[in-house]
Amino acid sequence: MTDHFEPLIIGFTCNWCSYRAADMAGTGRVKYPPNIRLIRLMCSGRLDPTFVLKALSSGADGVLITGCHPGECHYIEQNFKALRRVNLLKRVLKPMGIDPARVKLVWASAAEGVYLAKAITNFVEEIRALGPLNWPVHTHVSEAVKQRQLAEVPR
Amino acid sequence: MTETNGKNGDHRIGVYVCHCGSNIAGVVNVYETAKWAQEHLADQGVVVAKEYKFMCSSLGQKLIEEDIKNEKLDRVVVAACSPHLHEKTFRGAASRAGLNPYLVEMASVREQVSWVTSDNQLATEKAKAMISGAVARVREHQPLDPIQVPINPSTLIVGGGIAGIQAALEIANSGFHVYIVEREPSIGGHMAQFDKTFPTLDCAACILTPRMSEVGMHPNIELLTWSEVENVEGYLGNYSVTVRKKARYVDVGLCTSCGICEQKCPKKVIDDKFNAGIGYRKAIYTPFEQAVPKYPVLDRDNCTYFEKGTCKACEKFCGPGAIKFDDQDEVVTLNVGNVILATGYDMFDARRIPRYGYGHLTNVFTSLEFERMCNAAGPTNGAIVMRDGKTPPKSVGIIHCVGSRDHKYNTYCSSICCMQSLKFAHLVKERTGADVFNFYIDMRTAAKDYDEFYQKVLEEGTNLIRGKVAEVTDGGLFDGLDGKLIIQVEDTLIGKQRRIPVDMVILAIALEPRHDATYVAHQFGISTNVHGWFTEKHPKLDPVATMTDGIFIAGCASGPKDIPASVSQGSAAAARVVSYIQQKELALEPVRASINAEQCSGCRICNGLCPFNAISFDAEKMLSEVNQALCQGCGTCVAACPAGAITGTGFTNQQILAQIEGLMRVPVHLEAAQPAVV
Repeated sequence: MTDHFEPLIIGFTCNWCSYRAADMAGTGRVKYPPNIRLIRLMCSGRLDPTFVLKALSSGADGVLITGCHPGECHYIEQNFKALRRVNLLKRVLKPMGIDPARVKLVWASAAEGVYLAKAITNFVEEIRALGPLNWPVHTHVSEAVKQRQLAEVPR
Repeated sequence: MTETNGKNGDHRIGVYVCHCGSNIAGVVNVYETAKWAQEHLADQGVVVAKEYKFMCSSLGQKLIEEDIKNEKLDRVVVAACSPHLHEKTFRGAASRAGLNPYLVEMASVREQVSWVTSDNQLATEKAKAMISGAVARVREHQPLDPIQVPINPSTLIVGGGIAGIQAALEIANSGFHVYIVEREPSIGGHMAQFDKTFPTLDCAACILTPRMSEVGMHPNIELLTWSEVENVEGYLGNYSVTVRKKARYVDVGLCTSCGICEQKCPKKVIDDKFNAGIGYRKAIYTPFEQAVPKYPVLDRDNCTYFEKGTCKACEKFCGPGAIKFDDQDEVVTLNVGNVILATGYDMFDARRIPRYGYGHLTNVFTSLEFERMCNAAGPTNGAIVMRDGKTPPKSVGIIHCVGSRDHKYNTYCSSICCMQSLKFAHLVKERTGADVFNFYIDMRTAAKDYDEFYQKVLEEGTNLIRGKVAEVTDGGLFDGLDGKLIIQVEDTLIGKQRRIPVDMVILAIALEPRHDATYVAHQFGISTNVHGWFTEKHPKLDPVATMTDGIFIAGCASGPKDIPASVSQGSAAAARVVSYIQQKELALEPVRASINAEQCSGCRICNGLCPFNAISFDAEKMLSEVNQALCQGCGTCVAACPAGAITGTGFTNQQILAQIEGLMRVPVHLEAAQPAVV
């Protein structure tokens, strides 16, 4: 189709901090690339590693996980559990042939709209540099993703 | 109307795209988006897709309500602003039309798309993706009922400063019971230490003490001074708070507050709390004359009897025999519905900036020391004198922003120090006639009558020098300047370095969060910002509430404030609490975890993950169970259960997985901007 690659990123946000940071970025009209699509969770601790794998297998090129700064968790300490899970997940991703850099954990408080926008911008560029993931085609992968993947197969 | 999950086509979903004036429509092509949803999400069950100028308006809501009825919708997606703004509005519209409010999902296409994306076409595509995600998610929604909780009408106020006092009086006067827990022996807080209050210069004690005694005598207020919160459990409407009442060594039932014990106590101790270290108190003491309650406290660490085993002078002279050397700490449990944290602030330690000389140059004072010195009831009876206790200064330098607006210490503005320093300038002039030099970075006098006060101080002949002071040095190193302090500063208005000799220096030290603010925040389940100030639910629209329902904040606990602002916040927090109490019962979001007993293997992995101890293990059934009242709905256990036996309502695995798929239906490619769903 084309050699132009636009990464598609799924972002998981915490209802209490990073989702509000995204609101704050909006209120402040801070621009960031539209390549990210955010999903709201109540806490980064809710992040089931399956969600990340699901996102990657559905066509996402990267996954950004955001939560409250250590010590600021709305549920006292659940962000530490997210931290542990993400670190483990990264180790699992490697043998699967996925660069662990495609999954990133970022802390952003409800006040850090500008910071979150910057973190998103940086992550989009990092994934752009890594290139498309093209992970095993999932049955539910959208047609566009399939086409994109087919187009990149050498003829 | 069916509210069951089914295969494609079973659902009847309505999609509503808001223009928000031009806020969304100015960037996102709302007409194209709505049309796209109608055509390309039909296989997902979308039967209606409409755009409207303001969905949150009564007409917009009416549009949704009528569609729910006429089109027999069983799910609704609103693509508008953040759910934190209008989720309630649209849930309300749904329930008015007879649809369970939890079958509504919002896509935040304003905050997350139109306001943050520059390219119109890319924004439109992202909006479509988000609607697709929301539609996929809402398909998995189940009707839910909010959890109704009764509200205990008692309130706990932590901190008896002016903000806490104000809040307590407001609630108590509304007819509800209030507990005040205060760490010090008396309520009053920092305001009780001050002499005059800006800009009116009325005496702090004269306006504060009537309120203090009102609190002391109020039938609805129970004072627990010399006490600290140990543990907090529960949730909105039903908090159970354990408080440690420290041993006072005085039986308050017998004590008549005559003060004989304090007179007869032979042990003098430097009073580094109330008198900021420039005065003395006894080992048994009331911190100040108008203290409420008036009962003294025996300071065990400094008492001769506890040190050496003899003395007991206080006991000997106490008429009613109220001294109790075997007094013990007492732990009490308070059951309250709401909590107001009015824990105040600490002062910046001026020793952290050695170049300003505090701690090694004798006549460098902190602002709090100077407040005590000015106070007629203070250690010098209100005389402004140098450390020798008798010589009035002939010249005084007042340095603003010590420890605030400084990247090395605190970046924030402490907000009160400009006015406080101007007040000091006025008091020094008035009482000693000395030359006064104020060194400021920027003059911040933004409140009613504040700038007029600044003009008045200027007219009085105070020298205002704009520049950050480099250092304060001992004049003894130079001929003829013995005993002086030399202030080195760049006067940025004339662009010259100046060295100004003065007799006395006052440092306007920053307000800092309480040293244990993060600990207290943890206890009550609220958050702090990077500095340690408590975080408001919304900095503008909800400044006294926190993210945790039923926990409110007032006064300087959330950031530096002057007295009028603290009082306003005290009243505001009280109003919020009273409105909760008056409702008697409140609805909580039904976001809770529950364990499917059939799937639970009893592995207990979830037990240790819960920070609220909501999950318990039934050893007989070999199953874990969630206490719905304690569960806060974070979902950590849901993610951790290896058997997938735990469901987190409102954020189920099915909902999140469906949303991921839905979001993926629209690519980011510009050239592939044609709808991708077949």
